[in-house]
Amino acid sequence: MKGAAAPVRNAARGPAAAGRAGGHVLLRLVVLVVAVALWQVAARAHASVYFPPPGQIAGRAHELWFSGPVGRLFLTDAAVADILPSLGRMAAGFGIAAVTGIALGLAVGRSRWAYALCNPVLQFARAVPPPALVPVFVVVFALGTPMQVASIAFSAVWPVLINTAEGARGTDPLRLDVAAVLRLNPVERLWFLLLPSALPRIFAGLRLSLSLSLILMVFSELLPGTADGIGFTLTDAQSRSDLLTVWAALLLLGVLGYVLNTALLAVERRLVGRGRTTA
Amino acid sequence: MKRLRRRQELWLGLLGVLLAFGACEAVGRAGVVRRSYLPPASEVLARAVELGGDRAFLDGVGATLKAWALGLGLSVAIAVPLGLLLGSVPLVDSAVRVIVEFLRPLPSVALIPLVSLLLGTGTETKVALITYACVWPVLFNTVYGLGETDPLAKDTLRAFGFGRLSVLLRVELPGTAPFIAAGIRISAAVALILAVATEILSGFGEGLGIFIAQAGLATDGTRDVLAGVVWAGVLGLVINGVLVWGERRLFPWTPERRAGGRGGRP
Repeated sequence: MKGAAAPVRNAARGPAAAGRAGGHVLLRLVVLVVAVALWQVAARAHASVYFPPPGQIAGRAHELWFSGPVGRLFLTDAAVADILPSLGRMAAGFGIAAVTGIALGLAVGRSRWAYALCNPVLQFARAVPPPALVPVFVVVFALGTPMQVASIAFSAVWPVLINTAEGARGTDPLRLDVAAVLRLNPVERLWFLLLPSALPRIFAGLRLSLSLSLILMVFSELLPGTADGIGFTLTDAQSRSDLLTVWAALLLLGVLGYVLNTALLAVERRLVGRGRTTA
Repeated sequence: MKRLRRRQELWLGLLGVLLAFGACEAVGRAGVVRRSYLPPASEVLARAVELGGDRAFLDGVGATLKAWALGLGLSVAIAVPLGLLLGSVPLVDSAVRVIVEFLRPLPSVALIPLVSLLLGTGTETKVALITYACVWPVLFNTVYGLGETDPLAKDTLRAFGFGRLSVLLRVELPGTAPFIAAGIRISAAVALILAVATEILSGFGEGLGIFIAQAGLATDGTRDVLAGVVWAGVLGLVINGVLVWGERRLFPWTPERRAGGRGGRP
């Protein structure tokens, strides 16, 4: 399978489409406001414990995490204790996965022999649902940050590796010939030829890895025995049946996922350029 | 670089598998980590084969696959019509898209505590979570595929007086089908992740994830955990293989590359 991620957004967005999108911004805003208002009204009318109104959820999130002193960017102690460790683990795991994935992927994708040798093993590694392996890491590393970082890195590395290898493999043979004629040394060949031509695929892999990292971050923190993190906040609130905090944590994770994904897309646009983002 | 022949590729792949197996075996036997922590590959494989004859274990795998199939089916039933609606009515698209964009980035695993509070820890919870996570790849692929249908074919049908619905059913749906299939393939992997993750966290009942979670708690249970992981990996490979084969059979006119995995986010 050539499986990889690909553009989520529409491929061709000409000026006309952009203009239409601009006209729709207002509509989107209206829809969002109406949807939130409807939810608020419905939740208030039903007064269900399970579905609190969004105003209360946002209030709880603000009170829990963002009502701290100005000098600390309004972050409360709880925010420092819960959000920062989670982000740190995720950054470490994703970073390790990205660097090893790209390096190994380029190495594997450069030679047809290496690719044929590794492909079945890689396909199997990718087919394993990552949460299944977390108990193994719990046994090897015991509970705690090393286990969590290892789980994230080990799960997120395969999409980057496989996509990078396929991207490097797809390098135009003509360009490889040109590189040979120009007598580029291996480093130059890597930097000027293989890396740029694999870049769109590398980012397709990175996008998948980022969402896997987020999932594994939460999952490894949901396991019983964790001491801090957003996932811990979730299980802790769940055990106290504190639905409002559960919803607040979900809101936080949603915003976090959105911000991280948008940031990665921005980096991708900068490095790859518009219109070259293909699978 | 010369192209390798198919047979050569096959042999090299087999060699790679053997090498990886040998490496795992060596690490397990060398005693870098305690043997009960990381048993040699041969013991794990033997245990995995042994589990194939274990009635209770197979029932667990069956329960996991049932939740997987139900959730995936439900998500397709929701996402394809919704995708067709979003893709063919621009006004609805821009209205609903903002809500979709806010729901999608939420890591689905984070919903496990909330849904378990709402629905308990049974099949319903698994199915609900799988459905939520699997809707997105299918939905986005459907919308994307609709945008890629041949405008000439649509115009031709319109010129012959076919209505909007006929154009949708005769041109757009068949044209989008390969994209939908690719979305389903991505969702199938996501569904397996969610099924196993939910089971590991709930910890009781029956299922492949529950087998893994309980083995992880037992002393010297790593062999069983890894045997369960082997099963999970094989299941993932088989599911993926069957879906790829099905795509090739059903849509032989589509080049691999075009259908190759659009917009998947677990």
